[in-house]
Amino acid sequence: MGQQVYLLVGTRKGAFILESDAARRAWQVRGPFCETWPTNHVVADPASGTLYAGGGNEWFGPAVWKSTDRGATWSHSSCGLAYAAGQEPVKAVWSLAIGADGALYAGVEPAGLFRSTDGGETWTHLHGLQQHPTRAQWNPGGAGLILHSLLLDPADHKKIWVGISAAGVFASEDGGETWETRNRGTRADYMPEGQNYPEFGQCVHCLVMAPGGRRLYQQNHCGMYRSDDGGRSWESIEEGLPSSFGFPAAVHPRDPDGLYLVPLNGDIKGRFMPEGKAAVWRTRDGGSHWQARREGLPQGGAYFNVLRQALATDTLEPAGVYFGTNSGGLYASIDEGETWTCLAPHLPTITSVETLVMER
Amino acid sequence: MSGDAREPIPDEPRAPVLVRLPPHLVVLFPGAERRVALTARTVDEMVDGLDALWPGMRARLCDETPAIRRHINVFVDGRRARLSTPLTPGSDVFVLTAISGG
Repeated sequence: MGQQVYLLVGTRKGAFILESDAARRAWQVRGPFCETWPTNHVVADPASGTLYAGGGNEWFGPAVWKSTDRGATWSHSSCGLAYAAGQEPVKAVWSLAIGADGALYAGVEPAGLFRSTDGGETWTHLHGLQQHPTRAQWNPGGAGLILHSLLLDPADHKKIWVGISAAGVFASEDGGETWETRNRGTRADYMPEGQNYPEFGQCVHCLVMAPGGRRLYQQNHCGMYRSDDGGRSWESIEEGLPSSFGFPAAVHPRDPDGLYLVPLNGDIKGRFMPEGKAAVWRTRDGGSHWQARREGLPQGGAYFNVLRQALATDTLEPAGVYFGTNSGGLYASIDEGETWTCLAPHLPTITSVETLVMER
Repeated sequence: MSGDAREPIPDEPRAPVLVRLPPHLVVLFPGAERRVALTARTVDEMVDGLDALWPGMRARLCDETPAIRRHINVFVDGRRARLSTPLTPGSDVFVLTAISGG
């Protein structure tokens, strides 16, 4: 027996799976799956190995795809994955997560949250977010009004955090019935002077949870932040980074102080790698200090970006780190970000990367 | 597409119609066929008939407005139809994916 590593890659033209043994030196690429539908997020149930892929097709609408055989065959469903008649229709699934209770959650555009207790066959709308008193004032970010970040407390399935662009971070402690804003300390530079710290309306780009479930990090349109109180207050940790703007964040699988980012050159300068030189930035002390890691990454002409869900770590020792670019390049580090190799240079635009490690 | 309010359903016997489906829809439903004969008085009933044959197909063709999805075109006897469009005996129905969607 040995361990097998799967990279679950969402792209604008279907899902792809890369597979290797634990050495992570020889990868097999399979795909595209999901009939080449735009696929925003692919996740795995680590207990069963069941794969779920969420997306939306311009013709056929939103759906969650499912594979119980490591991607060999897929089925899809959107039964119940709809708002009430007359409301703006659900356009696409943007985020998926599996709870401690085994339920599957889906965040969608326009922003809302659905839950499935039968492995994605049928869905129930959790109405609380739509009923939040701020809902009528939510405005979309550049990618739409999307619920792109979805975190579940590993110890309490009633506790949920979501990131919505550009409504901000919201949290529920009753399984999605009621929600409160969790944006204190995060900036909105695009608001008029004096209104830069609103209760909601922040453009959160990516929300992640450190191992242990006690700490959150967020890459925001306007800064990088850490919270040690469940998002009730946020502290800036952007000092030392090349810019305050980027999309994804990924936590180290065992160290709550370990975090990876891909800062871009700024929101009004093209949104690509600073000076066209690719780097992943790493902290090992919770954001007090940052180091750029570039070895093996293109150091010229890298006018790509990394989208909000396209950076991930695996659970092996040392941890693997992976990212996919909007230009379709998939990169890997098997030494915690020190050195990098390109696993697949020419995939479609990569929207998300997740990992699964299972016994063979 | 503008409002898709239901219109009165004609009070006449159900008509058999021939429906053609696009390949990238059919591939989503194991066993589905490109051509299917159904009895239906309206496009809405036709979609119900498709959904009865292949559960989930309504959600691929219609949203919760309810309306035919924005980038799906249904043509009945050569004319673009809505859910409320009546079907007459022998109607030719084409379900097509709009170029605007892809």
